[in-house]
Amino acid sequence: MSTKIDARGLACPGPVIAIKKALEEMDTGVVTILLDNKIAKENVIKFSTAHGCGVSITEQGGDFLLTVCKGASISDEPVRADEVATSNTVYVFTQDTLGQGSRELGAVLIKGFLYTLLETRPRPKTLLFMNAGVLLTIQDSPVMDHLNKLAQEGVEILSCGTCLDYFVVKDKLAIGEITNMYTIVEKMTMATKVITL
Amino acid sequence: MLSQLKKPNDPCLLVGIETADDAGVYKINETTALIQTLDFFTPIVDDPYMFGQIAAANSLSDVYAMGGKPITAMNIVAFPMGCLPPEVLRDILMGGQDKVIEAGAVILGGHSIDDKEPKYGLSVTGTVHPDKILTNAGAKLGDVLILTKGIGTGVLSTAARAEMFPEGVAASIESMATLNRRAAEVATQYTIHSCTDITGFGLLGHAYEMAAGSGVAMKIKASTIPLLPEAAEAATIGLVPAGAYANREYLTTVCIDSSVPVAIQDLCFDPQTSGGLLLSVPYGEAEALLRALQQGGTPQARMIGEVIEGERGEIYVY
Repeated sequence: MSTKIDARGLACPGPVIAIKKALEEMDTGVVTILLDNKIAKENVIKFSTAHGCGVSITEQGGDFLLTVCKGASISDEPVRADEVATSNTVYVFTQDTLGQGSRELGAVLIKGFLYTLLETRPRPKTLLFMNAGVLLTIQDSPVMDHLNKLAQEGVEILSCGTCLDYFVVKDKLAIGEITNMYTIVEKMTMATKVITL
Repeated sequence: MLSQLKKPNDPCLLVGIETADDAGVYKINETTALIQTLDFFTPIVDDPYMFGQIAAANSLSDVYAMGGKPITAMNIVAFPMGCLPPEVLRDILMGGQDKVIEAGAVILGGHSIDDKEPKYGLSVTGTVHPDKILTNAGAKLGDVLILTKGIGTGVLSTAARAEMFPEGVAASIESMATLNRRAAEVATQYTIHSCTDITGFGLLGHAYEMAAGSGVAMKIKASTIPLLPEAAEAATIGLVPAGAYANREYLTTVCIDSSVPVAIQDLCFDPQTSGGLLLSVPYGEAEALLRALQQGGTPQARMIGEVIEGERGEIYVY
């Protein structure tokens, strides 16, 4: 979910009230808020980081555009890391092997990696497959067993539609869903950690 | 800009504007000096009676900060006649009057003008013995610093506008409406080297005035500064007024250790309304004075730091 707010011209504490309302109205999502002074910028940053949201800032000709990413519900108490079974970690697979130097070795490594991921806690939230990575989510993929088990445990598996088209394998997708660049960017931005392979 | 005005050359002028002190003091005779001060501002709370109480307490505070006793006051009023009901003005004036009566002083009258934005405050006259004037310029090396009220009224006023932290807001209103009378009466029974009240420049701004005026440096322990309830929580989530940022930018001789949480740093610069007294007290009397203050109607009083060797006006917060 994403919301855009123009908070220019709002008297203090208007900008903080605006970001508070926007973040309360979503479970997870991105809010972009436009501010026209440094004090509003500092206060919105303080509010967002105090609630565990990521913030990035762009200056736009004297104004400030803040992108605030909420990954979990606002709560009064911070969630303890060991209480969370699934973390908001996203893995991005950009090829169908792991590493460079030898394709043969890379094929072995990617199987080993996904097997180890099965044994690891907390679970990742999402696996994104792009470019040649989509070859791992189609029929006859050497890692299908591992991906199936991860999917059964609630891990989201998404393959880039453009990439599936490019390799002409869209009708061979065997696990998870087709996604687009907007969702890919959103998932990566909202994540607390992004690991790209 | 004030330095462009002519400097008075009157031997009876005991405290003028040179040391940016809380009030002016003028000698009448060997046992009496007059303290003169005034203050007024726009509403900081919605309730007109409480606005009157807070504005009056704020104006009276400067007399206590000089070690004196208020005797008379005059109302300063700006009010949008015709736009707000007259009962609002009546309530503001009642709040002010009740506070002046509580201070043991008398309202002689006042002056009002029509203005689209309401403002209220007092011009106050007090008395003090010429040898017992407390200035903001007498702090000595080795003194202990004591603060008599918790800080955070600026942050909590911002919280009030955001309709958050109602308990903290209520505590802040009560604190702002509290006279510094009890604190001053207890303190003047001890040796006080320097005294000032904490208002618009925040704790660090007024500490700087005392340090610079006294020609000393100070260190303040952040974890010992008394805070109003919920002030830290409100500052953490960005309910920080513009004045706090302005004070921070202006005070270049203040050095804050990075271990001090940003919210506490913001509170140190937070502009206060009708804040407590900052006292610089000889080391040997500090414990006894603190006990007396805490048991004598000022339970939030705390020791917050010391006067140390260093560059004039330097404040180190750790």
